[in-house]
Amino acid sequence: MLIKQLSVFMENRQGRLEEVSEVLSKNDVNITSFSLADTSEYGLLRMIVDNPMRGRNVLKEAGFSAMLSDVIAVKLPHEVGALNKIMKVLEKENIEYIYVLATGEHPSLIIKADNLESTIKNLKENHFSLFGEEAYTINNK
Amino acid sequence: MEQSNTEGKKKMIWNETKECMSRDEMSNLQGVRLKKMVKNVYHSVEFYRKKMQEIGLEPGDIASIEDITKLPFTTKDDLRDTYPFGLFAVPDSEVVRVHASSGTTGKATVVGYTRRDIENWSECVARVLAMAGVRKSDKIQVSYGYGLFTGGLGLHYGAENLGATVIPMSSGNTKKQITMMEDFGCAAIACTPSYLLHLTEALEDSGAIERIKLRAAVLGAEPWTDQMREDIEKRLGIHAHDIYGLSEIMGPGVAADCEYHKGLHFYADHFIPEVLNPETLKPCKEGETGELVITPITKEALPLFRYRTKDLTSIAYEPCECGRTLPRISRFTGRTDDMLIIRGVNIFPSQVEAALLDVSETSPHYLLIVDRVGNLDTLEVWVEVEERFFSDEIRKLEDLTKKITQILQQALGIAPKVKLVEPRSIERSEGKAKRVIDKRKLF
Repeated sequence: MLIKQLSVFMENRQGRLEEVSEVLSKNDVNITSFSLADTSEYGLLRMIVDNPMRGRNVLKEAGFSAMLSDVIAVKLPHEVGALNKIMKVLEKENIEYIYVLATGEHPSLIIKADNLESTIKNLKENHFSLFGEEAYTINNK
Repeated sequence: MEQSNTEGKKKMIWNETKECMSRDEMSNLQGVRLKKMVKNVYHSVEFYRKKMQEIGLEPGDIASIEDITKLPFTTKDDLRDTYPFGLFAVPDSEVVRVHASSGTTGKATVVGYTRRDIENWSECVARVLAMAGVRKSDKIQVSYGYGLFTGGLGLHYGAENLGATVIPMSSGNTKKQITMMEDFGCAAIACTPSYLLHLTEALEDSGAIERIKLRAAVLGAEPWTDQMREDIEKRLGIHAHDIYGLSEIMGPGVAADCEYHKGLHFYADHFIPEVLNPETLKPCKEGETGELVITPITKEALPLFRYRTKDLTSIAYEPCECGRTLPRISRFTGRTDDMLIIRGVNIFPSQVEAALLDVSETSPHYLLIVDRVGNLDTLEVWVEVEERFFSDEIRKLEDLTKKITQILQQALGIAPKVKLVEPRSIERSEGKAKRVIDKRKLF
């Protein structure tokens, strides 16, 4: 149950985020969720979009370094302690990054770990449910 | 402290015979030495023998200084192609030292010296130091790098030859440099002009500037301007002199300027200078700018024919007010190639390109940005993050930055600041990428 995340390399200068979002919007790619990781010199925009392949291609055509990578989208119960519970389960995994997947009903997390298969197995054994490709369009009306 | 340290100290001419001989006498001496050198090279260096045979030139064809134009040129590429010792004219048993500088690609340019070569080099440097007013009783701080670079050991041996006390500081460690300068009462320093400016700032900040006894500075290994010299002289209350040289010819001490600063006196008894139009390779008129081409006529280990320095200058033969009759070359106005001098280290953009091949099979687009911040040169290398380098993890991008930094540091000898930039963000002109932006105003 892996889904594709679209990542873009962006220099830390004015207007870059605007340009990325414009390329996606003009090409009718909907951003479901995103996170922006920043360093002093550059940023990494990670996105879940409704059409990852098209997103990558149009960004590349526009001259960006864009790539697709596998991540896990996991659903969380809407209750106190839910994040703590999943963190306990993932305690021994090497997590590269986590961010929130914006969904209407359930809070969900996007997770990138060193060993995605073992992370998935671990989550399933602990009764977490994962999103499949429906995550791409979860907010599309 | 307006020049107060420099009054009443008469500067001597170290070798009056050689530095003040008439132009005719100099031409005769050069002719004799050139003739002897060509004959010797023909018999001991296969590379030149073949070159001479190709153009039908025999040692006997070189009889006087005018015949120098018959000789073939030598380039840095020739030294690379014969790496490491292919152009040496003496057996290994005669070579007492080697130095090396950066080549245009991965390989260094290696140069060698016999005992006599080191003596001649020390003689030339002693002339420069005497011209700068350094005397036997003085202490001189040598703050050029010691090692394969010719700066440190070149000045060291020259200062010892003069009889001064050498403080072999080498480069870096500004705090210690200042302590020694103050505690030992150093009268002179030899280093790069940008480093002396850096030291000056530190001396001003610490207040030590009021206590030091510095009178003279011999500065070189990188281009600088008269404004920089005046700034240094005023702030430190000293006389600053420009020293020129390149390892292929010898090292520092090929030429230097006197207190009148009307060009650098060229030690023409050891090195024949020519200034040629870099396109036609025909001699430029006196005062006209062209490429400096040098033939070292006394070098035993590495005698070169008409070495193309790629440095742009002009030459004047009129005797100087200081009494010296040596030809004088003007401050350099640039180079005919893309070599950069950063913190005294020669760097070619092609070296960066070659080093980046260690990161991946094809070199990514890159740009060198050279600047001077607080008197110290900075080198920033921008590398485009193409898809093959890209990762969705910051850690991997940081590892990439570190790896590129390490590889470049090893190849260049100085640590650059590596910055990852977006693909196609480095400007291309006519399909070819612009490789260097030099923000320093040195020429």
